[in-house]
Amino acid sequence: MLSMSAVTIFYAVLLYVASAVFVLGVLRRVVIYTRSPAPLRIATMPAPLSRFGVLLRMVREVFLFESLFKSTKWTWLFGFLFHTCLALVITRHLRYFQEPISLVVGLIQPFGKYASLGMLAGLGGLMARRLLVDRIRYISLPSDYLMLVLLMAIVLSGLAMTFCVHTDIVAVKSFALGLTRFSWQPLPSDPILLVHLGLVALLLIVFPISKLLHVPGIFFSPTRNQVDDARERRHVAPWAKESV
Amino acid sequence: MASFDVPVVGDYPICPTPVVQPDSMKGIKPFEVNNPMHNTDLGFPGALVENWQEVAVKKMGELLGKYRSLQVFLDSCVKCGSCTDKCHYFIGTGDPKNMPVARQDLLRQVYRRYFTIAGKLCPKLVGAKDLTKDVLDDWYSYYHQCSQCRRCSVYCPYGIDTAEISMAAREIMDSVGLGQKYTNEILGKNIKIGNNLGMKGPVILNTLEGLEEDVEAATGVAVRYPLDVKGAEVLLVTPSADLFAEPHIDGLIGYGKVFHQAGISWTLSSKASEGANFGMFIGSYANMKKAAMRIQEAARELGVKRIIVGECGHAWRVAYSFWNTLIGPFDFLDPRYPVPQHICEFTYDLIKRGALNLDKSANDNRVVTFHDSCNVSRASRMGTMPGGQFFIPREVIKATCNHFVDMDPATIHEHTFCCGGGGGLLTDDLMPVRVKGAYPRMQALRQVVDNQKVNYLAAICAICKSQFTKVLPYYKFDRDMIGGVHQLVSNAIQLGTKE
Repeated sequence: MLSMSAVTIFYAVLLYVASAVFVLGVLRRVVIYTRSPAPLRIATMPAPLSRFGVLLRMVREVFLFESLFKSTKWTWLFGFLFHTCLALVITRHLRYFQEPISLVVGLIQPFGKYASLGMLAGLGGLMARRLLVDRIRYISLPSDYLMLVLLMAIVLSGLAMTFCVHTDIVAVKSFALGLTRFSWQPLPSDPILLVHLGLVALLLIVFPISKLLHVPGIFFSPTRNQVDDARERRHVAPWAKESV
Repeated sequence: MASFDVPVVGDYPICPTPVVQPDSMKGIKPFEVNNPMHNTDLGFPGALVENWQEVAVKKMGELLGKYRSLQVFLDSCVKCGSCTDKCHYFIGTGDPKNMPVARQDLLRQVYRRYFTIAGKLCPKLVGAKDLTKDVLDDWYSYYHQCSQCRRCSVYCPYGIDTAEISMAAREIMDSVGLGQKYTNEILGKNIKIGNNLGMKGPVILNTLEGLEEDVEAATGVAVRYPLDVKGAEVLLVTPSADLFAEPHIDGLIGYGKVFHQAGISWTLSSKASEGANFGMFIGSYANMKKAAMRIQEAARELGVKRIIVGECGHAWRVAYSFWNTLIGPFDFLDPRYPVPQHICEFTYDLIKRGALNLDKSANDNRVVTFHDSCNVSRASRMGTMPGGQFFIPREVIKATCNHFVDMDPATIHEHTFCCGGGGGLLTDDLMPVRVKGAYPRMQALRQVVDNQKVNYLAAICAICKSQFTKVLPYYKFDRDMIGGVHQLVSNAIQLGTKE
């Protein structure tokens, strides 16, 4: 803990704060969603007749983007590519928080390394659609472009460290492990690494107040998570019982 | 014929995506309530209140706490664009505010401004806007260019349903005294008198007696069309349009013949003489419940064992998806039958059991296609399997005729297009919206008319029937093409051979 640089202290605090904002912010949303009632059955039909059927529908929606696939193959392709690669990249990054490294993370390493290129391709495709298709240009807000730019910048800075300007990943790992064990270790002060971590922190902070809320949102979407059982079961919300 | 441009049908593919034409439908809107009673009857202020901004924002907060759908849907949209080419009103008009996401954004921009950190801190960045008179005008215009058909919800990766948003928006507008004349006036009549037209019992009785005479004159068989008969087995709840409008009444004639041949006693009710429930269109739980409650009370008073619902789209949504919650439990009815039951489920069961004698050749002059009504398709079910709402009406049709073809697969089943007149838009002051909104369906119809000589468009919705009767001529089709499924049953059924 002696001779800790200002950079290390700044980033350690930043990442703690960002993680706290992310976790508490998303948790708060989840609590709001859980507490708000669903007073009427509004599943988009045809809908499953059992909880298990709903589970399958949610799995198809969350992992395969079923509805998007029905709609537009290009957006599905770019979106699916981005999200799948993101999952691989995040899983690969777990190696910075594990000692020893778990089997799954070890196995994923070679794929995870190149998945960032897939992320970039996916993001590029989504950006191109936003810029080139008149309908999507019309609905795009500054925040929609900035979110893509932010993600691209995170990917590019990560790519740069993987393939061009290597950073001392052993030191990065000891910094990361130190964070999880509340025993801070020095962070290498390579500019690209600092940019990378700074942008990730920013992403975590804006997550709970941005459209990234689609991540918890999908699990609470009544048109997707409800069983088609309205004729068999009543679903009276507390407010409907009291006041109407 | 029209004072506005009618889209041209004929060139396939089925649904060409239009180029964005901003504000092409701006200012097109239905008449506002001008008689305060039409609002106050429903518990809303008679006219726009002075502090409407404050009241509207407060109401929005209240609804966010009452409906998880609204909260989740306003938060979750990522502007992926999946829904942008799915709305029939966008396809027919090119106005980008008729793209589902842009329609939602009219409400979302205000939600962000008053209820989110990002919208309070940097409104420009996230498209947050103060609730100004301009925004309210846009709400009134574009939330009445949505028929709440839920087509967009099929394609949204988060299941965002614009119908929920437009219902909430209309409820907020009603709560500040900005009501739509057509819907609110009709709903008031339904709640006070029992049907959308405000017809009292004697008028209905007179109509039904006339109908009995007509059917007997045409068939030689005394088919009964009973009203308020205590102790009947079945209470039939059907849209009041079935009692007087063309071609709806031919469907009612068909229901009566089915009951007659099956030997099942039934009755209509003067108290619950309406299947439609416009309370849904304005998102008003309280008014929807009031309108539905008349039906539960009538069923108890008449002592029936079953409730069957006639051909009507949103009525079936309310009945299937909401009745049990709103006005249940139905423990006073016969538990062997689903409550409620759709007339197509009822007729289909009879057909399967061989209880009806249907002569398909009676409809040999017809090549039939089927328009899946939006609310039946995407907001309800028939039978015991998911998708029964697509299968069962088609099976009934196929049992009544020799020539049936489906329209393009991208325009039927869950992908079906709204007729263009649903959700409280079936009013003459919205003709441009209705005609343009019908475009995708007309395009698909043109294809089967040209290629397969279709001459009968079957539907199971009173709104679809009224809408197509009016709109078909704009697209150079014969208005008589549209008819009910039970009109086909009525033609094919051989009275006097089974009973």
